[in-house]
Amino acid sequence: MNPPATAQDHVLDVEDLRIEVRTDAGPGPVLVDNVSLKLKQGEVLGLIGESGAGKSTIGLATMGYSRSGCFITGGKIIFRGKDVRTMTREERQDLRGHGVAYIAQSAAASFNPALTLYEQICEIALRRGLMKEDEAKAEAVRLFKELELPNPEAFGERYPHQVSGGQLQRAMAAMAMITKPSILIFDEPTTALDVTTQVEVLASFRKLIREHGTAALYITHDLAVVAQIADRIMVLRHGKMVEVGDATQILQAPREEYTRRLVAERTVANQNLREDAEKSTAPLLEIKNVVASYRSLTKVINDVSIDIQRGDTVAVVGESGSGKSTLARVVVGLLPRSQGDVRFQGQSLPARLKDRSKDQLRRIQMIYQMPDVALNPRQTLLEIIGRPIEFYFGTPKSQIKDQVSELLRHIDLPESFINRRPGELSGGQKQRVCIARALAAKPELIICDEVTSALDQLVGEEILRLLNRLQDELGIAYMFITHDLGTVKRIANKVAVMLKGQLVAYGETASIFNPPFHPYTELLLSSVPEMRADWLDEVLAKRTKKSR
Amino acid sequence: MAVADTKIPARKAPGIRLFGHRVPLTAQVGFLIIFVNLFLMVFAPVLAPYPEGFVPSGSEMVKWAPASAAHWMGTDSIGRDVMSQLFYGARLSIGLSLITTIIAFVIGIVTGFAAAISGRWVDIVLSRFADLILSMPTLIFCLVIITVVMSREAGFVAATGVSNAFFEGMVIVFVIGFLYAVPVFRLARAVAMNIVALEYVEAARLRGENIWWVIRREILPNSIPPLVAEFGLRFCFTFLLIAALSFLGLGIQPPYQDWGSIVNQNAQAIFLGKPQPLFAAGAIAALTIGVNLVVDWLLSVYSRAHGENA
Repeated sequence: MNPPATAQDHVLDVEDLRIEVRTDAGPGPVLVDNVSLKLKQGEVLGLIGESGAGKSTIGLATMGYSRSGCFITGGKIIFRGKDVRTMTREERQDLRGHGVAYIAQSAAASFNPALTLYEQICEIALRRGLMKEDEAKAEAVRLFKELELPNPEAFGERYPHQVSGGQLQRAMAAMAMITKPSILIFDEPTTALDVTTQVEVLASFRKLIREHGTAALYITHDLAVVAQIADRIMVLRHGKMVEVGDATQILQAPREEYTRRLVAERTVANQNLREDAEKSTAPLLEIKNVVASYRSLTKVINDVSIDIQRGDTVAVVGESGSGKSTLARVVVGLLPRSQGDVRFQGQSLPARLKDRSKDQLRRIQMIYQMPDVALNPRQTLLEIIGRPIEFYFGTPKSQIKDQVSELLRHIDLPESFINRRPGELSGGQKQRVCIARALAAKPELIICDEVTSALDQLVGEEILRLLNRLQDELGIAYMFITHDLGTVKRIANKVAVMLKGQLVAYGETASIFNPPFHPYTELLLSSVPEMRADWLDEVLAKRTKKSR
Repeated sequence: MAVADTKIPARKAPGIRLFGHRVPLTAQVGFLIIFVNLFLMVFAPVLAPYPEGFVPSGSEMVKWAPASAAHWMGTDSIGRDVMSQLFYGARLSIGLSLITTIIAFVIGIVTGFAAAISGRWVDIVLSRFADLILSMPTLIFCLVIITVVMSREAGFVAATGVSNAFFEGMVIVFVIGFLYAVPVFRLARAVAMNIVALEYVEAARLRGENIWWVIRREILPNSIPPLVAEFGLRFCFTFLLIAALSFLGLGIQPPYQDWGSIVNQNAQAIFLGKPQPLFAAGAIAALTIGVNLVVDWLLSVYSRAHGENA
């Protein structure tokens, strides 16, 4: 890459970018409106915003690419003095992967499972004729070392399914870096990872950027993550720039109201919403020494005991694979337990769903992580919310409509939504409908399986407040399954920490989150990114000290 | 893939729309072909110049007459009007294919959905049985069964009092309907498997809903698009298979004729250099292409990435 004769201090200069959707029916929504950004050599710009803010669209546009149906309709994208929009097809081909490289959110979905990592990582360098095969392999090994991947010489021989999620994400960074591009675009690269893995991946990304002096766009919805890696931050909302400034300024002295709310949401995440009322002592749900496994012999849940009382919110915390969702499936009977007992109001619940009575089913309801697939897209809200009322209480059709309207009011949705279908609702609204469907059964316990993790932060916060309000009004108990410790601190009065199917810590929230910690709890706690730029350094320093 | 470009596609004229989707020219042609065929089928008695099975006698009978005002498509080996044959043949060809396809779908969907939700053993038994049927070539299997069943025709007809033609038609419909239920079973099972894994189905099961409700309210409405497309394709296959059987002389028996048997009975005209067999053959080809054009469009509509508001 030869810089043009005129000295350019900006690698990338985007001016008044505008991206719109065009369909057969005519122009659609404007995805990106009047966004300008500049990127210097070695600088990292964080793009922050909720879903639909246009972050990824901007990231892709810097490579002259827009998703199907979207069109770049205005502005300039100057890469090293040349406008990407007026480039020829060949020039643009050369830009992609060589000038600008992209690191996607889900590495698991981005790698071809049939090819080894070497083949995929070296492909671009070989296809562009930049390196010979052995040079490319040597370069890949060097990058593996830099990214602190285990056994760097042999790593590339593996297939994608043979390495962990965090390693695969780093392998994707190696793929992007192999041509030494001027700009790296990170699109939510750590969002799909567990917190403890996120720390390691984040650290190696930062090292990579610093050592190579590459400019980068870092796209994420998590302010605390971007605080660790970005020099400057741009806040986006609905495709428009809200605020742009130095990382420290945005985090400590945000100028705009929206930014302030985003920052505040992260800061209040440590205060508990609950005002603890009087509690009865008779347990509602008792999980006693439960053991469960899928068809194999491996115990997915091993000897877990948890008590839930009326009005309790018990958070079950753990990383993916810890068995927390399986525990929920055992409680509702989808996965029959093999040992132990689950008692509800003193009565033992049959292990299988089939053997439970209608009334036993009614008392425990469930809310899911992905409201998109938890609601039948072909039914109206009246049918979705009305069905449990009809099914459990045999209420006549004429009264169901009134009750559904009442429930919609309860979850702060307009009554006029009653004839809408899920496709006409936003993610947060869909999750509210899921809550209403659970409430319609007048349950005593609701199992919430990662109910906020698929939602934007501010929307998720509203859902938490709604759940909390409903609990105050109706005295429902929640079993709250989550990997997000922020959520736990916010709403739970008891916490159960799970690791590899076993309960490693269980008790009142205050006692779990204050020393003395169980070592795993401490690891989890210390891995939650904080809104300070020096947080990552501190954590890494602490960990190296410990490992010595 | 939309590449960044200064050009924005011009707004298209509103055009013809169906179910909120623009209908491209190819699908419009397909619909037109289907419509013309259905029209001929329904109004055959009005439109056909001669009655069904009419064989002229005496001086009116002209073998292999070329196209004329009296016989637009000429006459066949015993002087019958080819156009009338074609119109009446449409009733049998299309009508029987439709009934057969519907039978295949009812059997296929019920068993396919049952296999997807009622657990491992039901699934294994049904699927292995389907594999067994699929392992035999359809046409040959069909020929064997029809030959065997037809050999008992006289006894059955005498016992029940149905007409021979009705018996033969029903044999064809049920044999093909059963054989083609197997691919429908496989599709319905695959589609339902994907839907069963979704959480709204799990929510219904957690609520305690029975299997029939889950099939009817949760799975069926969400599997309509692929099933509709499959219906079109399956109709084509059935239609072609019935035509093939008739052409081989095992399908529709005289005096009734479907398009397959018309081609068969006119086949010798090819050696005389006459166009008569081409009309029925062309009709078979045209309808198959027409249905396929519509199915292609349906498939492209439903396989498109659906946005939030899909």
